[in-house]
Amino acid sequence: MRRARSGLAAILPGLWLAIFFAFPFLLVAKLSASDSALAIPPYTPRIDWSQGLAGVRAFFAALDGETYVRLTRDSLYVDAWLSSLRIAAIAAGLLLLVGYPIAYGVARCPPRLRQALVMAVILPFWTSFLIRIYAWIAILKPAGVLNGLLAAVGLPPVDILNTEAAVLLGLVYAYLPFMVLPLYAVLERQDESLIEAAQDLGCTPLQAFWRVTFPLSLPGAAAGALLCFIPMAGEFVIPDLLGGSETLMLGRVIWTEFFANRDWPAASAVAIVLLATLVIPILLFERQQAKVTR
Amino acid sequence: MRGWMTAAVGVAAALAMTACSKPAGKTAAGPGSTELRIYNWSDYIDPALLTQFTKETGIKVTYDTFDSNEVLETKVLQGDTGYDIVVPSNHNVPRYITAGAIEPLDKGQLPGLDKLSPDVVKHMEPFDPGQKYSVPYMQGTIGIGYNVDAVAKRLPGVRIDSWAVVFDPANLARLKDCGVYFLDASEDMYAVALNYLGKDPNSKVPADYEAATALLLKARPYVKKFHSSEYIDALANGDICVAIGYSGDVLQARTRAEEAKNGIKLAYVVPKEGSQVWFDVFTIPKGAPHADAAHRFIAFMLRPEIIARASNFTQYANANSAATPLVDAAVRDDPNVYPNAELSKRLFVTTTKDQGLLRDVNRQWTKVLTGR
Repeated sequence: MRRARSGLAAILPGLWLAIFFAFPFLLVAKLSASDSALAIPPYTPRIDWSQGLAGVRAFFAALDGETYVRLTRDSLYVDAWLSSLRIAAIAAGLLLLVGYPIAYGVARCPPRLRQALVMAVILPFWTSFLIRIYAWIAILKPAGVLNGLLAAVGLPPVDILNTEAAVLLGLVYAYLPFMVLPLYAVLERQDESLIEAAQDLGCTPLQAFWRVTFPLSLPGAAAGALLCFIPMAGEFVIPDLLGGSETLMLGRVIWTEFFANRDWPAASAVAIVLLATLVIPILLFERQQAKVTR
Repeated sequence: MRGWMTAAVGVAAALAMTACSKPAGKTAAGPGSTELRIYNWSDYIDPALLTQFTKETGIKVTYDTFDSNEVLETKVLQGDTGYDIVVPSNHNVPRYITAGAIEPLDKGQLPGLDKLSPDVVKHMEPFDPGQKYSVPYMQGTIGIGYNVDAVAKRLPGVRIDSWAVVFDPANLARLKDCGVYFLDASEDMYAVALNYLGKDPNSKVPADYEAATALLLKARPYVKKFHSSEYIDALANGDICVAIGYSGDVLQARTRAEEAKNGIKLAYVVPKEGSQVWFDVFTIPKGAPHADAAHRFIAFMLRPEIIARASNFTQYANANSAATPLVDAAVRDDPNVYPNAELSKRLFVTTTKDQGLLRDVNRQWTKVLTGR
């Protein structure tokens, strides 16, 4: 009985993974090995079931890695990949700087207040993501809210809409809860007697923070950074709406392949490379970490 | 743990295999559909006309919009879009026909086809031989939309009648601070850039496109954004002062600025070097669930008094000769909307590119956008 239940418990996440990750992944992988064509859908080959097994065999024979070879011939893809990682890394760093004090502050509040503050962190999610990003356009545009405020206090206007600065701002704003919540979860669970012990042993409050609180919160920081970094590297909407044309990110490259070139195989290949070079190393790293802690 | 991973991949593989062999699109519903789904360019219809169509026919209209041929074609080639009418531009139609993405029209259901302007029908002939698949809706040009006062202040004494205003870095340097937008439409932009350089706008020579890329790259540092629809509001609000844009869109921006009474005076010009004229056409995608309703809508839009109102709203010229006298004089007599004989001589039509050339052109356009 017990075994059956644990078996079921393992099947459910497996099924979930199969339907929502492995299946789409295989579809995209298959697409990346196809060739683009002017047809519905715009790629070949497709399985010809009327030929039976021979049709299936012909289908697999027609798949190739030609699209991937093409990706290596143009430096655009590597540039876009590096640029995406760079922007995501800077944004993750900024998120840590902004998110840590917030998480720390909330965790140090009296319990009843904490609930409300955590709520306040999540609250922006109640508005549509798109509307929130459009709101930033209204704030940052030349005759927008920000410049109105700057003019009111006698400062010169800034023009950052359609620049990388605006993209970073948008990323930090949109992903902040994903950084604050894991950090808060770790900080809130920390035993306060550890700080007392550190202070008893002669630490100043600042030393106690650096030598006890901060190291113990690192797993939360790592979780938050990863949680933000991966989707930010593949982000499309924020760079598209807030960024300028020179903000080179893979999301935009995939868009161009998919829409402007009508080249689904190339778009899929770029997506697969992004996944293979980002998610897989991170999963391996996590696994390694898990082994070390054990 | 390993066990369920393998199982998961197995299940997924099975699913992927079945998905590869999706059956052909749904067959059209019988006569008397009560629903119609239209996918058209943004800011491209008078909403009152949709209401009137529903009132007359009892057919409920779902109306979605896009702002580039690229987005439209990608959606349509996916198959099973659920739309009954889509509105591509002339040079894309042959691709749709080759891909089998649009259905031949039933001309018996389209009284009023004879009212179409012979000129426009002649222009469409190379794209849709025999007019089997498409009914022209509106036509327009690409040109320069600008804020009259802001530009006059920065380029005193310069006549705004040349592509040099937006392609010559010396001019752009002085316009940069008030904001310049370019269309994010590779084929359209290359057509006008090639034409400005004195080359064939429909060139098939890669070197020509490289020359155009060099021209655009010199302009790029002064361009605030490449976008195909945001310039309408940006011009109207005074956020930018110059945009390469579509005729009717700029004129709509002018109307919005007038309505807002914000003191912003906008103008549109087709530069003297010439420009692209395009035609957007109604087509019925393959497997459209309400093809009968689609025909009724196209027939509705072929009625002169209806299409005249559509032009009054969009400030684009329609393709219906019988409707011209019914269009507001202000719209009808504006050569920016209804090109006169003199302007028509300077206009050219973009032809269809093959996949290889399209890829090259888009790669070069990416270089323009990103500088890489």
